[in-house]
Parts: sequence; structure tokens; C-alpha cells
Amino acid sequence: MLARHYIGESWKHGLLIIGALIVLIPFYMMVSMSLKSQQEIQSISGGLVGAQEIQTFPVCTKHGYTEEVCTMRPYKYNFWFAFKKAPIPRYLMNGLIVTVSIFLIQVLIALPCSYALAKLRFKGREFVFSMVLFCLLIPVHAIALPLYVMLAKAGLVDTYAALIIPWTISVFGIFLMRQFFMTVPDELIDAARMDGMGEYSIVWKVMLPVAIPALLAFAIFSVVAHWNDYFWPRIVITGNRDLFTPPLGIREFRGGIDSDEFGPMMASIVTVTIPLIVAFIVAQKRFVEGITMTGMK
Amino acid sequence: MGTISLKNINKSFGSTEVLKQLSLDIQDGEFLTLVGPSGCGKSTLLKIIAGLEQQNSGDVIIDDKNVNSTRASKRDLAMVFQSYALYPHLTVRKNLETPLKLRDYSFVERLPLIGNFVPSRKEKKKSIDDLVFKTSETLKITELLDRKPGQLSGGQRQRAALGRAMVREPVAFLMDEPLSNLDAALRVHMRSELSELHNSLKTTFIYVTHDQAEALTMSTRMAVMIDGELLQLDTPSEVYNNPSSLRVAEFVGSPKINTFAAQISPDGSVEFMGIKLERKFNTNSQKALVAVRPEHLEITKDSNKPAFEATVSYRENLGSDIFYHVQVDQSDFKIIVRGSPQAGLISNGETVRISLSHAEAMLFETSGERIR
Repeated sequence: MLARHYIGESWKHGLLIIGALIVLIPFYMMVSMSLKSQQEIQSISGGLVGAQEIQTFPVCTKHGYTEEVCTMRPYKYNFWFAFKKAPIPRYLMNGLIVTVSIFLIQVLIALPCSYALAKLRFKGREFVFSMVLFCLLIPVHAIALPLYVMLAKAGLVDTYAALIIPWTISVFGIFLMRQFFMTVPDELIDAARMDGMGEYSIVWKVMLPVAIPALLAFAIFSVVAHWNDYFWPRIVITGNRDLFTPPLGIREFRGGIDSDEFGPMMASIVTVTIPLIVAFIVAQKRFVEGITMTGMK
Repeated sequence: MGTISLKNINKSFGSTEVLKQLSLDIQDGEFLTLVGPSGCGKSTLLKIIAGLEQQNSGDVIIDDKNVNSTRASKRDLAMVFQSYALYPHLTVRKNLETPLKLRDYSFVERLPLIGNFVPSRKEKKKSIDDLVFKTSETLKITELLDRKPGQLSGGQRQRAALGRAMVREPVAFLMDEPLSNLDAALRVHMRSELSELHNSLKTTFIYVTHDQAEALTMSTRMAVMIDGELLQLDTPSEVYNNPSSLRVAEFVGSPKINTFAAQISPDGSVEFMGIKLERKFNTNSQKALVAVRPEHLEITKDSNKPAFEATVSYRENLGSDIFYHVQVDQSDFKIIVRGSPQAGLISNGETVRISLSHAEAMLFETSGERIR
């Protein structure tokens, strides 16, 4: 009986471990390759960190640096050269500006909308909400072309605005927050009205603080999606390298004379991924709270 | 001042009529209870008074001013909610300050940071602090001021919610079943505290409850509402002893009042279950209903008294009282009789004789109206 119980359990765990490995192995590869030398990467040797022998890197000297400068341990070289080759801090900065602006404007619009949809009675409320649900079904790629044409006509291509404006109204955000607000008792809103708050004060001073866990969940969805987005920036940022977001920046490492140098490329990817991982770990507990609370999975 | 009068209030949600032509005058300083079974429209009525809900027709008049189009916050009323509705992210102190700040501060003074530099704010802040302190002393919640609602027990939250209503010194307090989330012992305790609070504040209280015990114990007058209509408005003892209709008699009083079919002779004398009432009634009907409260029936051993026989089917021993549920004539017709513990317990299945202990029987038409 006990043995059978264990077999049943281990079967489930085995499956979960395989699933976890599928997700984690690329990360392992990424970290490992960002530390090893080119030879070790190509011969698939050296384990996680490689031998870390001091050597002179030919691609580096090709870029015009002296041999002295180009002689160091591989892990150091990979990160150093990644930062030399592309303005990674600038890309990170762009990523930060774009994702934070998108998130803040999304909240600014989604909170009053979802408050109205959840708590105010007006004609056509159900219709408006069903339109919100309908908009959830529209894939971004379907409307990418008209959006691009609109932005181009407005002269906004190659600006931050082009990266931000199309995402400022998040129907997912409205939907998520509306579901959360439905669970907030009406009495709390009535109490605020009795105290003399207007509807906008209620949204910002009562609903917003109450909704922090749900907002955090939404923040992760939104920030991750737009930090990692490659498709849209690739369309609207056509030439100006100063506006590159991190995913566009990584693309810099492909092509050209040193196209197959994986070490610095992986180092840049690690640099771009770390902020998200740190943010997720910090917010993890409340994030899970937020998701389970709104019944979204 | 705190007189509130309602004139011909109608309210419906979609096709359901919640309030029908309801009129009500509330005097200054009175503790008025709106009582009725759940769904009778009493909370809706309270919300209409508060301004949180708009009536379809009719007038709400506070201190001789028609407030139909006045916003909730400008009506100078304070409300205590069933779930307390304290702001969960603010400390008790901030919860108490909020209504005062919203009322007293100007728009500029309310702004974060910038507000601090407006000179008039400092003075106002001081008077707010004083009021909050005074209120917290009255309610004995001073040591809880820096906690958040989540860290308080039910009774403490109740006090904090009362405090938030009190700080504004409103013309009237509206309370929507404020005690129903408390446990039984605390509820009884808070009943007496609320009555004391009412005595010391001398402000109008409008109190909504479905619990007739709360209505009977606390109120100066109680308004019995059933199905969106105001059936009786009177002092608790008058409502209990002299209900205007059978529905009121059945709703008020626990256990429920007993009703019997009765015959009326042409001379006006009334007979039910073989018992003849002493009083004669002036009515044209031949059939009526006699209603007798459980405490006005007694189990008698005196064979000379007019009585009827019944079988005890269930016994409720409350310590101070014992209620016997008895079955009459082997039928499904059951009535409840109060017995005193001194008389000794009667076990289930025993047959007893039941008679009227006082001449306290009320007569109603079969349609429910009172025959006096």
C-alpha cells in the first residue's frame, strides 16, 4: 500500500521534474555560455563555468584593441565585450522608460474603467464590458499594420511615443481589475461617499490601495510582456539605435564579422534578463496572492 | 437638530417594487429602529435617507430642507455599516480623520506635500486631532488608534466604525445592522453601549435591523416594515402588546405568536378551542383569528378553568423560561406555550391542559386586520 503510494507520487514528481528541466535548461545554457570561452562553447566542454584560462581574444583585437587589453579570463571578456560592443545600459534604460510608462498609463486608464464597470450602474454597462471581453480576442499582429500606418502618418515612428501609445489601453488590465473590484464590498464605497469623497477620489484613495496585490500581478504581466516584446519595437524603431529596447539590442550581436561569437551575446542576454528575474523574486509572494485572488490562472 | 421626514417614497429595482408610498416622520434625538424580515426594503430606505440610493418618487426632508438632490456627503449624516467598511489600508486614526479632512480641508490643503505649506491647515489639523482624540476616549479605542482594521477584533472594528461616524458630529446616525457580525454575547453588550451612547449624544439614531430583540431593547420607537410597507410605527411596548395587524404580531415576539381560528357569536362574544374570551368585540364577521403570545398561555392543572388538551412534542429549555411546543388534536397544528421552570419539567409525549393566563388575547380579521 505504502509502496504503491510512493510509486504514484514519484510518477507525478518525475513528470514535473521533466517539465521544470525543459524550462530551466535554456537558462542554464544561457548562463553557462555567458561564462565560457568560444572554444569551450563550440566543443560543448567545460561544464557550467569552463576552465577560465587567461587568453587573448581574436575578435577583440580585430576591433582594434591592443593584445594587452584583450587578454583576460573568458567570463570577464564576455561581459566586458558585450558592454563595449553595444550600449547595453542605454538599452536597459530604454526598456525601463518604455515598460514603466506603459504600466503607469495603463493603470491610469484601467482603474477608473474597471471601477465603473464593476461598481457604477449605467445603461449599457454590460455591453461595454462584453466589448472589453471581445477586445481580449484581437491578436496584436492583426492590427499591427493599421497601427503602424497611423503612427507613421502622425510622424511618430522612431520615437518613444510609438513604443508606448499602442499599449496604453490594456483590455486585459481592465478585465483583471474589474474582476478584482467585483469582490470589493459596496459598503466600502458607500462609506467613502458618506465621508465626502468624489468618484475619482474613491478610485485613487480607496480602490487603488485595496487593489495593490492585483495591480502587482498586472504589473508583472505588463512589464514582462513589454520588456520582452521584440515584434512591436522591431516595427516602429527603424533606424535610431538610441531607442532600441533590450530585445532589439540583443539583435546587434547577430550578423557582421563576429556573428558566431556566442559568449558576449549570451552575456548581454543575461544582463537583459536579470532585472526581470529580480523583480519577479521580489514581488513573487504578492504576485501569487494577486493571481489567486482574482481567480485568474 | 435632526428631524427627518420621508414623504411618499417609492423605489423599485427593475420591475420589483421595493418601497411603496412610504411615509415616515423621525423626531429629533429619537432612536428609531427600522425592523422587518430580510428583503423588506429597510436597508434600501436607509440608503435613500443617506443619499446613496435615489428614490423613484417622493421626498426626503432633513431639518425642513428638501434634500432630494443633495449629495450623500452634504446631508450631514453618518452611517455605520454591517461590515464596518473601514478603509483597510489606513490606521484607525486615519480612518477617523478621513471624514473630517474631507469636510474641513480645502482642495489645496488636501494635496499631498503642498498641503503642508498652507498655513490654515495647521490649525485645522489641531482641531481634527482633538476631535479624534475625544471620540476615541468616549469609545475607549485610544490605544487602538495606530493599528489597522485587520489587526482588530470584531468588537474593536465595530467601535472604530462608530468612531468614524461620530467624529463628524452629524445631525443623525444611520446604522445598517451594525451588530449582526458580532457574536451573541458581544451583541448584547453592544446593545446596551449603543443605548448609552444615544443617551449621551442625544442625536437622532436610525437603526436598521432584522433582529426584533435589538429593536425592542434599544429603540424609542420602532417602525415595522414588511414587503416595502410601513405597517406600524410606535414604541416597542406598544408594538409588542398592541400590534396593528397580524403580520406585525407574527413578526415581533419570539417565539412567534400563536393563532387560532375563532367563532364570533352575533352578540360579539368570541370562542376558540372551547375557550370563551371575557371581552366582547364589535364586529360583523363571524370568523376571525385569535392570537395569543406564548407567555399568555399556561399549562394548568385546575380542571375548572376553561382549557383544551394538547400533547407536548418538543421542549425548549432556556433556563429562565421553558417553551413547550405542543400538538393539538393529533393534527399538524402546533402552538408554543411558556412554562415556568418552578412548575417542574414536563416530558415529551405527555398530555397537558392549556388555558389562557390573562385575558390577553388579540382578535384579527381573517385578512389580518386588527379587531379592537
